[in-house]
Amino acid sequence: MAGRMVVGSAALADLVRPASAPDPAGGHRVLPVRAELTGLLPNRGLRRGSTVAVGAGQPRRSGATSLILALLAEASRAGSWCAVVGVPTFGAGAAAEAGIALDRLALVPDPGPEWPTVVAALIDGVDVVVTAVPATVSASVATRLAARARQRGSVLVPYGRWDGADVTLQVVRGVWQGLGPGRGRLRRREVTVSARGRGAAARPKEIKVWLPGDELTRVIPRSAGLGAPSAAPSRRLRVVAPPARTLTAAGPA
Amino acid sequence: MSGVPQRTLLLWCPDWPVLAAEIVDGVPATDPVVVLHANRVIACSERARAEGIRRGLRRREAQGRCPHLTVVDHDPGRDVRAFEPVVAAVEEVVAGVEVIRPGACATAARGPSRYLGGEEAAAERIVEHVAQSCAVESQVGIADGVFAAGLAAREGRIVTPGGTREFLAARPVEALGRPALADLLRRLGVRTLGEFAALPAGDVLARFGFDGALAHRLAGGRDDRPLAVRQPPADLTVTADYDEPVDRVDAAAFAARTLAERLHERLAGYGLACTRLGIEAVTAHGQELHRVWRHDGLLTAAAIADRVRWQLDGWLSGSNGRGGTRPARPTAGIVRLRLVPDGVLAQAGLQPGLWGETGEERERAHRALSRVQGILGPEAVVTAVLGGGRSPADQVRLVPWGDERVPARPGPPPLPPAAASPAPAAPPSRAPVPAVSLSPPVPPSPIPVSAASSPSTASPSRAPVPAGPPSPAGPLVPVVGAAPGAASAPVAVPDAGMRTGRRTRRGRTVAEPPWPGRIPPPSPAVVLPTPLPADVRDAAGEPVVVSARLAVSAAPDRLTVGDGRPAEITGWAGPWPVDERWWAPAEARRRARFQVCLADGAALLLAVESGQWLVEAIYD
Repeated sequence: MAGRMVVGSAALADLVRPASAPDPAGGHRVLPVRAELTGLLPNRGLRRGSTVAVGAGQPRRSGATSLILALLAEASRAGSWCAVVGVPTFGAGAAAEAGIALDRLALVPDPGPEWPTVVAALIDGVDVVVTAVPATVSASVATRLAARARQRGSVLVPYGRWDGADVTLQVVRGVWQGLGPGRGRLRRREVTVSARGRGAAARPKEIKVWLPGDELTRVIPRSAGLGAPSAAPSRRLRVVAPPARTLTAAGPA
Repeated sequence: MSGVPQRTLLLWCPDWPVLAAEIVDGVPATDPVVVLHANRVIACSERARAEGIRRGLRRREAQGRCPHLTVVDHDPGRDVRAFEPVVAAVEEVVAGVEVIRPGACATAARGPSRYLGGEEAAAERIVEHVAQSCAVESQVGIADGVFAAGLAAREGRIVTPGGTREFLAARPVEALGRPALADLLRRLGVRTLGEFAALPAGDVLARFGFDGALAHRLAGGRDDRPLAVRQPPADLTVTADYDEPVDRVDAAAFAARTLAERLHERLAGYGLACTRLGIEAVTAHGQELHRVWRHDGLLTAAAIADRVRWQLDGWLSGSNGRGGTRPARPTAGIVRLRLVPDGVLAQAGLQPGLWGETGEERERAHRALSRVQGILGPEAVVTAVLGGGRSPADQVRLVPWGDERVPARPGPPPLPPAAASPAPAAPPSRAPVPAVSLSPPVPPSPIPVSAASSPSTASPSRAPVPAGPPSPAGPLVPVVGAAPGAASAPVAVPDAGMRTGRRTRRGRTVAEPPWPGRIPPPSPAVVLPTPLPADVRDAAGEPVVVSARLAVSAAPDRLTVGDGRPAEITGWAGPWPVDERWWAPAEARRRARFQVCLADGAALLLAVESGQWLVEAIYD
């Protein structure tokens, strides 16, 4: 009996730690990210204190915003606080669909000339700080902010041109699916993301992910003939008289 | 229970429902007036009584006896509201008042009679004070026990101590206020309270039950229920007057800090905390600024001080550019500051997380965000709240950090991914149905939806319309005109049906507007606060227009945003028509939305409104 208890507590020893003990290395030091993005980041997550830049692509509309939302989603769901600075066009609906908890997400749409002060103040208290980089940022300010994030254990996610980041993610290509000439609707997008950086992340990587994700807009194109009548309540469906005919017209891309 | 009945002073206002109607609604009580409840007269004015109207009459009988009768509906809330000043006036003279019902309140007679020099003097004083401060006639009765005092007040007499039993003995049994019991007693030959009180108590309990036994005790003058006096609400307001007008922001902030500490001490003394706070400032020239601040948590002393500082900052420095509707800059310094706690609730203390970590992170984030608010102003840090609405911009409301998170429009909350996934082929994730309909939910009728046979350009719905409007695909015009507003009746839209159905299955029966015509997910990641003007042309170079019947003139081919280069459109869908708030011309909006895909891989949400194309959002 006693032997079994010893075995049991030995098994628990690496799971349980006293509340006063410091975090074990790599334990709480990395904020989680979505499974498909782990391959891009050196620690398979957002390491606290690191700077993960998201570069704006060559054409302006590139999917970088969705990439940021995907980066934040898992950490926010796990209870982290996030802040987004200087993005007045932030789409909160897309953020909620990505899985970000909006009550733990603060927006500072227009920091104005106080941008460095605001970002520094947020680094002190918020786990992930996303900030659009103003055009005129001196290298010294950028270094100081990155150092502050390292010291406070926050993750700084600059959005735009940022030298000296640990990892820089860049959207290479994005292809939307679901929209045809005059029919269908936007459903999902295949995005190619490349990552390069310093140290462990020096080797460039490239992956393909769905952004926005697939789970939100799941369609089963093949089952269009069967799925619709069986899935929806029958009372509603009786309105549609000739199922064969309507459904041949459907053909979602 | 064995105590003797308390000497009670009862103030009674005759015909209170009629008086309340005069006070609140301005019905002159000097005319014949009756107050009706369930078609029966429950109160009438003096002149109506002179015309022969009694309580319990039907409306028609009452109007038959007095043709020029004013009839008022019974409103208990109005009676209570109008009685509140009377109670307040009584409380100015005596302490510890119990409101029996609107129109009658009781207090212990011993204190006032000793203080004011006798029971008669006290009664006179109270009646006079009520008449002076509220212009209401009233009568006072003093007896042992509330019941006897109520009867005495109807005659305006003071029953001598110990004489209550004799006073009651002569009253008829109807005075008990129990018509069924009084009727029965009469038929049994018991006509007065004295005769009723003479019956043995045990027999009364056996024959008439508990209520009868209680009435028996009242009739015998053994009304020993103590008064349930009301507690006047504590005055939590703190005020500071300044001899030297405060005209600098830092001085005002310093003043606010001490005031906030005082308020907080006072609240803590009562074990309370406040979630809404009114801040009132008065200048030397008499200008006033009042603003109510909300807070989703509890306002601490530092939070109160911050809010006072922000408000005064904005006011004293004219305007800080945000908000727009700030009051004009004051012309003199502030001489008085008042803090009025509004949403007050019992302070339960902070409950930290089980391991002491959740609360700490929250605190840390709150401190940082409050700091940014201190730098940029309270409206510069916002959180987004999702609500209902048709366009991506409508669904989001940005509330300043710390305020209550209430959506602008009621609506389904953002669907969590878990809720979206189990319905793979559900209508919401299907085709773009122009989900507006003129018709109420019709019984299932097998009308074929001939979307497939319509001209390709005319119909936005080439995908199946599972339960679409029962109209042929061509005349879609009435469909647009009937885009229902926020509080519309349920429409026969698949989306709506799905949603309400799912919600009721989950057990939440809150009726949420379905917002037909919403853009289906995924939501755009970039929502432009002000739409960009754009230009859409077809392959021939002609502008693409959408007719009133929602026919698209030609397939869009090229998009020019602002002054940019034209981009080729590779895919498009639409129109999703909305016709919102047509009943309010200032807010009316009639748009048709399109999703377009450009050759460089970008996807945009376009809208066309009275011929002008706009870029509303970008699917970034």
